[in-house]
Amino acid sequence: MDLKRIDEIINQHTDTHDGAYPPVIPILQDIQSEYRWLPEPALVHTAKRLRVPLVDLYGIATFYQSFRLTPPGEHQINLCMGTACHVEGAPLILGKLERKLGIKAGEVTEDGKFGLDEVRCVGCCALAPVMVVDEDYHSLKGKKDVGKIIDEKRKSDEKVSN
Amino acid sequence: MERLTSLEKFHELQSTVRAERPEDRPQVIISAGTCGQARGANGVYDAFRDALAERNLSEKVELKRTGCHGYCEVEPNALVLPQGVFYAHLEPKNIAEIVDETIVNGRVVEKYVVANADGSEHFALAQELPFYRRQQRNLLTLNTLIEPTKIEDYLALDGYAAFAKALSSMSRPEVIEEMKRSGLRGRGGGGFPTGMKWEFCYKEQADLKYVVCNADEGDPGAYMDRSLLEGNPHVVIEGMLIGAYAVGAQHGYIYVRDEYPIAVRHLQIAIEQARELGLLGESILGTDFSFELQMSRGAGAFVCGEETALLHSIESKRGMPRQRPPFPAQSGLWGKPTNINNVETWANVPLIVNKGADWFAAQGTEQSKGSKIFALVGKIRNTGLVEVPMGITLRELVYDVGGGIPNDKQIKAVQTGGPSGGCIPAHLLDLPVDFDALREAGSIMGSGGMVVMDEATCMVDVAKYFLEFLEGESCGKCTPCRMGTPLMLEIVERICDGHGTPEDLDTLESLAKTIKNCSLCGLGQTSPNPVLSTLRYFRDEYEAHVYDKVCPACLCQNLIRYEIDQDTCISCDRCRKACPVEAITGELKQHNYYIHNHLCIRCGACEEQCPVSAISRLPGYDPPADGAEAKKQSPSHSTAVGSAGGEQ
Repeated sequence: MDLKRIDEIINQHTDTHDGAYPPVIPILQDIQSEYRWLPEPALVHTAKRLRVPLVDLYGIATFYQSFRLTPPGEHQINLCMGTACHVEGAPLILGKLERKLGIKAGEVTEDGKFGLDEVRCVGCCALAPVMVVDEDYHSLKGKKDVGKIIDEKRKSDEKVSN
Repeated sequence: MERLTSLEKFHELQSTVRAERPEDRPQVIISAGTCGQARGANGVYDAFRDALAERNLSEKVELKRTGCHGYCEVEPNALVLPQGVFYAHLEPKNIAEIVDETIVNGRVVEKYVVANADGSEHFALAQELPFYRRQQRNLLTLNTLIEPTKIEDYLALDGYAAFAKALSSMSRPEVIEEMKRSGLRGRGGGGFPTGMKWEFCYKEQADLKYVVCNADEGDPGAYMDRSLLEGNPHVVIEGMLIGAYAVGAQHGYIYVRDEYPIAVRHLQIAIEQARELGLLGESILGTDFSFELQMSRGAGAFVCGEETALLHSIESKRGMPRQRPPFPAQSGLWGKPTNINNVETWANVPLIVNKGADWFAAQGTEQSKGSKIFALVGKIRNTGLVEVPMGITLRELVYDVGGGIPNDKQIKAVQTGGPSGGCIPAHLLDLPVDFDALREAGSIMGSGGMVVMDEATCMVDVAKYFLEFLEGESCGKCTPCRMGTPLMLEIVERICDGHGTPEDLDTLESLAKTIKNCSLCGLGQTSPNPVLSTLRYFRDEYEAHVYDKVCPACLCQNLIRYEIDQDTCISCDRCRKACPVEAITGELKQHNYYIHNHLCIRCGACEEQCPVSAISRLPGYDPPADGAEAKKQSPSHSTAVGSAGGEQ
């Protein structure tokens, strides 16, 4: 793991920050944007650099839902579990996705291709039920085959690798 | 752009950008918030750009990509000005025709405008649309006209003029007095009078004060703050500048939900533009007022919408609330006096300073002034963001603005206020929507989410949904909330599974009251609301689950079964193929399809795939011993509810 990159991220924040407590959350957010999750060596190094107990970093990383302590799937599927999505049948869709991928929410497929998460409202309630695949928002209103979106992703990946 | 060093320079710039933007100039405006983009707004934008270029119209017609216009149901949509024609459900292939007909020839293309439910009436102009007609779009109108990444667009429409006015001609107490007179109350849910809050902070003596914008819109079912930040970030910044001037703050934070990538990006751009123009920074417009503003991204915790938790989160700690007093106005961010308001509250401030407290106070009701943005979602025809005067009735919102309930279903309830709110039943639809009436009815206005529920929604399941949410979001600091919400959830889950007892209902009520009275923060204190309001208005549904082991809405999976109506079934084999657990047997064209209930996992796949709606959900889960016996049963003794076609 390249700890130099972690140092760069930390320096960007500590140089400009004048608060009493080190800006832990923005630093962890930037580490996560770089690696898509928070690898243990990165957390250990950050704790040392900031002179913050590792347990405090762990506390923050587990308190806030956006932090991941395990790697996500190559494609991350976030199924919205907001009220409007719930009323429009999100729980049934979750079951479909779990069966399609052979994993439970919160897990990643064995080949590492797809990760599935339930997420709190993504704020696209008018499109409910909503699924976000990587950065793309999909309205599943009236769509019977949610598996198709996954199949298409898989297909386009295969095309790229060929 | 050059940094503005005086008020004169500001007014000069304002006149310049105004002159460059005559009101009657031809424009095509694409609604491209997160939901618009998800529905293909960017493709529509590209098609307009190409079609205009091909006809050499790029110079004459201004093409804009703005934030959400509110009418999310019919996205992607476009507004053609100066005619005011509103085109809906657009596809890139339709665009050339619209450019030729409307922009070149000045004619409306009727097939792309919105029609009423039976298609008998078409509405060409935006202001004629039933969805817009009843609205009072004080804030959302700006969303339609402003390209969010262009500060000039905002400046041309009186942008930052309210701040300049306050800074140059109003004393700090005068600004606060104006806020108090306007009657503006906090739009984030609390409904606390804004002017009074500012006054508390103003009166504190300190070397440093903060203002904070709460943009941690966590309520599921509400997205007005996202829409404002995506579509018009400058109005929020301007509101904060006025607030900072009034209370004497030097530094501000916007705490924004990280789940809103477009809002984060537009806000960042807007802050940089304002800084470049000298509207943020040292000695703003040549005065002795200095103000620095920065963004703080949330990390996904609902409880951070609570103000003390939010402040802890900005300080990079775990977002746990603390006891009040001291209130943030006395001791907030890093122990300094801090004034916190919600996005929509800040956005109303420039309008009030510009147009006057009387203008604002003339709208709405006695105790709830002005307009409020609501997210109208769920089982309703016109989903979207609506801005209406306070005091409008729920019925007007649901039927006149929202167009009623689709698929010939009956309305059952409107859920307001997110997880802290409650469900208002159909017989109270004539309730005026204001802070106090909703509270009396056992709910709250909250940040403005309104999820409409029809007869296919199970109210016990709704209570279970919110308890699951709250159990996960409880920060764990105080015992009533940490221990109480899982206990309530356990009971409601038991009821949904058909194992509830009559005592469970009493236990639930007494637990709910304890949690309400004893929790530390707003999250805990309001967490029993979904349970209490559904128990209050839909006790019969709880009782049906408990006594009859029946889910009247046919939703709770343990209390339903699926059956195929042999008379309707066309023997197409789709359901058998769709079943993931081989619970359906039958042969193509043999009219012998049958669902084996003891194998069925009630995933609904068969119901969804059936092309003739022959599969229905029936109340009561009592799997017959074998298929032969089931066939003898007459289907008429049970009532079928909800077939697949109309559901999804």
